[in-house]
Amino acid sequence: MPPLIFSLQLAFTLAVCAFLIVPVVLSVLAGLTVNYFVGLESGLTLKWVIEVWNGYRDTLFRSVGIALACLALTLVLGVPAAYALARAKSRLGRAFEELLMLPVAVPGLATALALIASYGALSGFRTSWAFILVGHALFTLPFMLRAVLAVLSAIDLKTLEEGAASLGAGPWQRFVHIVLPNCRDGILAGSLMVLTLSMGEFNLTWLLHTPLTKTLPVGLADAYASLRLEVGSAYTLLFFLMIVPLLLAMQALARPRRRRFIPADDTDLAPLALKP
Amino acid sequence: MNPVPLAIRLEGCARTFADGTRALEPLDLDIRAGETLVLLGPSGCGKTTTLRLIAGLERPDAGGRVLFDGEDVTARGIEARHVGMVFQSYALFPNMTVAENIGYGLRIRKLPIREQRARVGEMLAMMRLEALADRAVDQLSGGQRQRVALARALAVRPRALLLDEPLTALDAQLRDTLRMEINLLLRGLGITAIYVTHDQAEAMALGDRIVVMAHGRVAQVGTPRDIYHRPASAFVADFIGTMNRVRGSETADGFACAGGRLRLPPTGRGAAAVMFRPEDVRIAADDETADLAGTVTASFYLGDRTRLFVDIGDECPLTVESSARCTFRPGQAIRLNVQPDGLLVL
Repeated sequence: MPPLIFSLQLAFTLAVCAFLIVPVVLSVLAGLTVNYFVGLESGLTLKWVIEVWNGYRDTLFRSVGIALACLALTLVLGVPAAYALARAKSRLGRAFEELLMLPVAVPGLATALALIASYGALSGFRTSWAFILVGHALFTLPFMLRAVLAVLSAIDLKTLEEGAASLGAGPWQRFVHIVLPNCRDGILAGSLMVLTLSMGEFNLTWLLHTPLTKTLPVGLADAYASLRLEVGSAYTLLFFLMIVPLLLAMQALARPRRRRFIPADDTDLAPLALKP
Repeated sequence: MNPVPLAIRLEGCARTFADGTRALEPLDLDIRAGETLVLLGPSGCGKTTTLRLIAGLERPDAGGRVLFDGEDVTARGIEARHVGMVFQSYALFPNMTVAENIGYGLRIRKLPIREQRARVGEMLAMMRLEALADRAVDQLSGGQRQRVALARALAVRPRALLLDEPLTALDAQLRDTLRMEINLLLRGLGITAIYVTHDQAEAMALGDRIVVMAHGRVAQVGTPRDIYHRPASAFVADFIGTMNRVRGSETADGFACAGGRLRLPPTGRGAAAVMFRPEDVRIAADDETADLAGTVTASFYLGDRTRLFVDIGDECPLTVESSARCTFRPGQAIRLNVQPDGLLVL
């Protein structure tokens, strides 16, 4: 490749990277700077991070809690639903699948308003974090379902199950031994989506939360709107520290198992060892 | 050591699918303990449905009954029928190794671990798969997969083995070898086996008896010899092997047709058509006494023999086989003798 073209490509790539990364770096730096308007020469500090930790720690734990609860809920609801849809290849099943995608298409605000209109009168429920959880589960369920369904549709589930049944396995054994292990990759991919979506969800949560059930993104909006820029940025930094290891872990788990390639052909198939 | 083979009986088993398609007309079938019964027919003839009814993967329409050794098992699902099954696609579990696949039925039956290991080892040895025990199934060749599927089905020592086109996914040469192996295996085990295929050569080689099926009905049940030499209908005659058909009329001294006269023994029925197989035709050396005269229209060299199409003036040309060393040109006149005992009237 001519060096000029290579240099241009490299420059372009670096420019795009910079465009994406510089704001992140600036935001992180802002959270660590004594006075952002003065600049870095004002010195670096953990003051803002500690302030956020002391003031907003509960939102952080609440977000993690809701995300994990949401994951549990979507696993319990989504995996069996995907299994049922994969087995029922009927038109009704297809229609139902489309219906389940609705919460993604409908704006979060509309879903939230519908939830408030329906259940807002149940004050115990309205003021608990479970109310937010319901919204998150509605919004993330399609992602779990789609991820699992895609994997299940790619394997010949019916025949595999018939094979297991022919060996004596009942419905529950087939589900645990055959269905679940073979949709492992879909479940992991779906879990990754659900955790990150729930963790970062703002639209729905903004309407569903109460002052006592703020989640991290809601708290973040709060901090940016009413406090110093440095505090908001420190808040972002904490969010980062929490979500990046999670993303990396999930990504590592979701990586397809690489198997050593072993060439196999039938030229060396030995004759059966039959007893005379 | 080997379990007592199972006798299976189907009584009035019909199968209508939810969309109203009749896959199987009411069927009565007796499968003897220890025999290999082949269900043979073109696709859509109901052979796989019949197998699935026996397996318990499908239920017959109301009134149909499936009996195992006289016991009604119609209401039982496949998991309670204790039959081994080999699927066309093998249905090996991708999340398990070869050994885990073979041992799955034993694990479900909660056999002691020691016994499970011993049996899996036994099956691996018999199938010559010892070296592959810890491989994933997607690291196996077609023939190896087929063996794992067989081993998995046999590991639980079923009293009947059901095979749904087990060789269809393999290439031709391997198919021939494995067909022979399966034959030896089934006979060695003495197990009742029901084998579904659309391949008549496979059916001939494996079956103690063959059930030829068409359009959801049984066209004929018989030994391979019966089916080949005494087909019950024109469908069976045409489906199995190659059959020549000549129209004409029965006379006092044989059967008069275009191209000559066949030495048909009197049938007393006034036959209007006779059939015979290519191997019952001889190319006549003596022009005067030959049964038929015709013209070669095409000649195909097959290596071990030459296949000729001969026009005798009837609607369809005859198919005739000759030794590979003789050469024939299209347009050449030819005379044929047909063995009288090879003539069929339906």
